[in-house]
Amino acid sequence: MGETMGPLLIGLYVFTLATLAGREVITKVPPTLHTPLMSGSNAISGISMVGALIVAGRAEGTAQIVLGVIALAMGAINVVGGFMVTDRMLAMFRKR
Amino acid sequence: MSQHMAVELTYLVSAILFFWGLKRLQSPATARVGNLIAAVAMMLALLATVVDNQILSWTEIIIGVAIGSIFGGFSARLVEMTAMPQMVGLFNGFGGGASALVAIVEFMNIGGKVGLTTHGVSIMLGVLIGGVTFSGSMIAFLKLQGWMTGNPITYPLQKTLNAIMFMAIIVLSAMIMGVGGYSGSPMTLFWVVTAIALVLGVTLTIPIGGADMPVVISLLNSYSGLAGSAAGFVLMNMVLIVAGALVGASGIILTMIMCKGMNRSLANVAFGAFGGTAGVDKSQIGKRPVRSADADMVAAELGYVHSVIIVPGYGLAVAQAQHELRKVGDLLEERGVDVKYAVHPVAGRMPGHMNVLLAEADVPYDKLFDLDEINDEFENTDAVLIVGANDVCNPAARDPNSVIAGMPILNVDKARRAIVMKRSLSPGFAGIDNDLFYMDRTLMFFGDAKKSMADLVKAVRELA
Repeated sequence: MGETMGPLLIGLYVFTLATLAGREVITKVPPTLHTPLMSGSNAISGISMVGALIVAGRAEGTAQIVLGVIALAMGAINVVGGFMVTDRMLAMFRKR
Repeated sequence: MSQHMAVELTYLVSAILFFWGLKRLQSPATARVGNLIAAVAMMLALLATVVDNQILSWTEIIIGVAIGSIFGGFSARLVEMTAMPQMVGLFNGFGGGASALVAIVEFMNIGGKVGLTTHGVSIMLGVLIGGVTFSGSMIAFLKLQGWMTGNPITYPLQKTLNAIMFMAIIVLSAMIMGVGGYSGSPMTLFWVVTAIALVLGVTLTIPIGGADMPVVISLLNSYSGLAGSAAGFVLMNMVLIVAGALVGASGIILTMIMCKGMNRSLANVAFGAFGGTAGVDKSQIGKRPVRSADADMVAAELGYVHSVIIVPGYGLAVAQAQHELRKVGDLLEERGVDVKYAVHPVAGRMPGHMNVLLAEADVPYDKLFDLDEINDEFENTDAVLIVGANDVCNPAARDPNSVIAGMPILNVDKARRAIVMKRSLSPGFAGIDNDLFYMDRTLMFFGDAKKSMADLVKAVRELA
């Protein structure tokens, strides 16, 4: 038990603190930017690409590699599409 | 310093940059740079991963990334701003799907031998949350795109069946992890769990009506983050956990804001197929006399006063009349009228949607005010122009006996003059009549928003 608790606890600390800190930062995003916030977080959830690269890199079977490449493609849709569309929207926001 | 250490430190820098980028989203003036910082964070994390792992062949990486980038890039370029909710809905699904696949591939890599460990639980959570997010988001996308009915789809025992599926996932997951001495093929059970999670995503989303989609896509946004965090626990990868947690927090905050804007609890949105207007007398809707006005009259009401607040609703966006509306606002300002825009939290089809639509029409963001900022100003305002909005300015919300009792509304009825531009007196999503339309100080300006706005632009130009 002792061996597996280590990383789990660290992971839980990181997850909890990131959630709390994230809440502080995100609550202050004004309503006018909530749509870009959402499309931006779409882009950030594309971080699964990192996971896809790691698991598919360990994979030996063809099926795993194919699924890994699909995961990579889905993540890339989010990363590229998410950041681009957010930039496109934010460019439209201008002051008088 | 070992290479592994350098990679972990790069992940740390990447996590910090994600926070920094989001922090810059706190103002429209800095937001664009913030988005760029987050994109740099993503590049760093991806580069570090590629360096650190005995990775896929370059061919495979390039195939995956190219397919995703082309699709993502074209979508981002071509999507209409009115269709942003669908796009975000679809992207939530891809995020969830990618995380579910990470868990699935990991399970296959280890041949299903997980045991009751953190690793095993994380994999099952990744498949469950990721699977539900993927299929649920596809349904939300189809509904928002209009490729599937926006009405709630209900059938007998719906909630019971959902609960049974959820229990089945838990029991089967436990069996996969060796609880109860199950010794058959974990792989078969795993595919069954994956399939049930996908079905559950569908059955949880179809009973939710089109008007509630802002809540649903916010919630699925949150799930897509949690699925990413689950994938992070599968691999004990901190940058995945942090980025997933940020998206999870963001989605849940927006979910709560949307619920508050509609005065509904999350449970009510998720389980109560909305439209509970039984018992309300609908026969009298639209039967009372109103004062109607034409474009010239409206122009005169707006052009000779000191202050005007414009209230845009989704009807404006449907009619694509934002640009004409902005022209009216500009012309009034040239005449010395103080013009502001009041945006209700649920004015669009997703959080902040109306603001983006107005920004696209070149309305400066410092003219846009949210409900809390502007609600006290209506009573000192000469005229309010309401375009394609209904329930969000229905004074019935102040009546404790109304079906919309307690819903936050814009106090448009407190202004000296209210002008409502609308096709007809038909009710909004709440299905009830709006007393605002029949008040002495209200003028109804009937017609299609785009044509009426064009007429109004002309009429204001012709004012002396």
